[in-house]
Amino acid sequence: MKSILKPLLMVAAMAMGMTAAGTLPALALVELNVNKGNVEPLPIAITDFQGGDALGAQISQIVTADLKRSGLFAPIDKSAFIEKITNPDAAPRFDDWKVINAQALVTGSVSKEADGRIRAQYRLWDTFAGQQMAGEQFFANDANQRRVAHIIADAIYERLTGEKGYFDTRVVFIDESGAKNARKKRLAIMDQDGANVRYLSDGRSIVLTPRFSPNRQEITYMSYESGQPRVYLLQIETGQRELVGNFPGMTFAPRFSPDGQKVTMSLLRDDGNSNIFAMDLRSRSTTRLTNSTAIDTSPSYSPDGSKVVFTSDRGGRAQIYVMGADGSGQTRISFGDGVYSTPVWSPRGDLIAFTKQTGGEFQIGVMKTDGSGERILSSGFQQEGPTWAPNGRVLMFFRDSAGGPKLVSVDLTGRNEQSIPTANFASDPAWSPLLE
Amino acid sequence: MGRIAALTRNPVMIALVAMLAIAGCASKKTPNNAADLGLNGAGAATPGSAQDFTVNIGDRIFFDTDSTSIRADAQTTLSRQAQWLNQYKQYAIVVEGHADERGTREYNLALGARRAAATRDFLVAKGVSASRLKTISYGKERPVAVCDDISCWSQNRRAVTTLSGAGS
Repeated sequence: MKSILKPLLMVAAMAMGMTAAGTLPALALVELNVNKGNVEPLPIAITDFQGGDALGAQISQIVTADLKRSGLFAPIDKSAFIEKITNPDAAPRFDDWKVINAQALVTGSVSKEADGRIRAQYRLWDTFAGQQMAGEQFFANDANQRRVAHIIADAIYERLTGEKGYFDTRVVFIDESGAKNARKKRLAIMDQDGANVRYLSDGRSIVLTPRFSPNRQEITYMSYESGQPRVYLLQIETGQRELVGNFPGMTFAPRFSPDGQKVTMSLLRDDGNSNIFAMDLRSRSTTRLTNSTAIDTSPSYSPDGSKVVFTSDRGGRAQIYVMGADGSGQTRISFGDGVYSTPVWSPRGDLIAFTKQTGGEFQIGVMKTDGSGERILSSGFQQEGPTWAPNGRVLMFFRDSAGGPKLVSVDLTGRNEQSIPTANFASDPAWSPLLE
Repeated sequence: MGRIAALTRNPVMIALVAMLAIAGCASKKTPNNAADLGLNGAGAATPGSAQDFTVNIGDRIFFDTDSTSIRADAQTTLSRQAQWLNQYKQYAIVVEGHADERGTREYNLALGARRAAATRDFLVAKGVSASRLKTISYGKERPVAVCDDISCWSQNRRAVTTLSGAGS
């Protein structure tokens, strides 16, 4: 497939305003404290970017949709705007924006360069302080118009929340079509908002559980193409594939180490139990991490690579355990009333997301890395498989209802649930790191 | 890509898997039940045929929730299967392990594998040669019954003995 993950965007940040971002004296006025319990979404006005025909309005629309779905922003309807921005580089009439309660204002423009690239620039204004908070410009080729908008949304998100955004990201997932007892499953990749879907497999074999490499160029997943289900690596750009290891039995539940050098996965033993291994992708050497007569699966590294969290039913029912990355010190951390699986370590390192089955329900939740502080974020009949946005504030998972699975995101408050639009049924989402 | 040595595997088993993989290539999918075959009754199948096995012997057993133990009714079926398989030795056998949808995908792959292994082990204990048997897990990816209630779940928690190789 064609260069979707190449460094396709030349980003030139430019101090454009009277004040450079980060040095504003009056920023206390417009700032979201996202660590408060109950965040009131920040009212923000995002005007159409000037120029570029329909493109200016489209960029504004994508930025608006990104910020709105985060749950942290309340974009104001354009029909309420009083001032019509004609020069996005000039200071707006702040009173016109204060009166409609826009605490922050975004203006911008887009134009075509002589070399065919698009130039997009934005300014973020603090209406109550009457100051510019940030301003940057970006260049991109035609194919990356949506990425420019996501990058601008990330910049605004970061400036106003103090945390990295997660909009310029992709999601790999399993596209599912056809009857439930004859589902066609295809590897697919799309932008985090559901746009730009591309298929990475033809649907002839069952494929499951794709996971992104930290280098953004590869995914690891499981496929039945050889007859015996096994873990593979796929180069997204070139389509090149290879088997991970040459084991006699089923390999499954793969995940990359945070440095991208290893894949940890489960390997089926001849006695029908499953143990966890790690394979160094360069040397091809394999390390056994668990050796139990139980199901040990769904391994996930801590972001510093020193620990692995996993599922095991060695205590009778599936529970969550943590061990050193060499398999040492295996300790159970989940003790709630139910069955726990699919633990995934937060990119921030502070939480572990999981699927819990209890009382006939499937719940998506988080706990601290010692198992304390469990919080359920979403409940339903059939939902599973959380994946973290790179900033550790949002989870995506899949929920089976109305005949098949669809993708859903929820933030750490549990109050902001969003469905991700996909043409067909969709499952097993895995979020990429921020693109480069 | 580079090959790595097989783990602590019995070399005989490895040779076996390779052999069965080759055998598997020549095989075709065996229908799973009488409805697939369009048969009206037991008498229609030729003794020793795949249809005979599916219809008259029973190609599948069922499990309790989250369990891999072979129930008493399943033991009866598997004993019948073993007797038949010992009579018609031309078949290679793949035991498929399946789970219902009430479990996460990765865990259910492991659970299906364990059910397939338990079924294989029972057949071996009843005299079926281990060299004819291979297992595969489909987790919850291949349900036969597709409603969302208990009647379906119990049909999906299964191990299916499928025949391949010469004579089918």
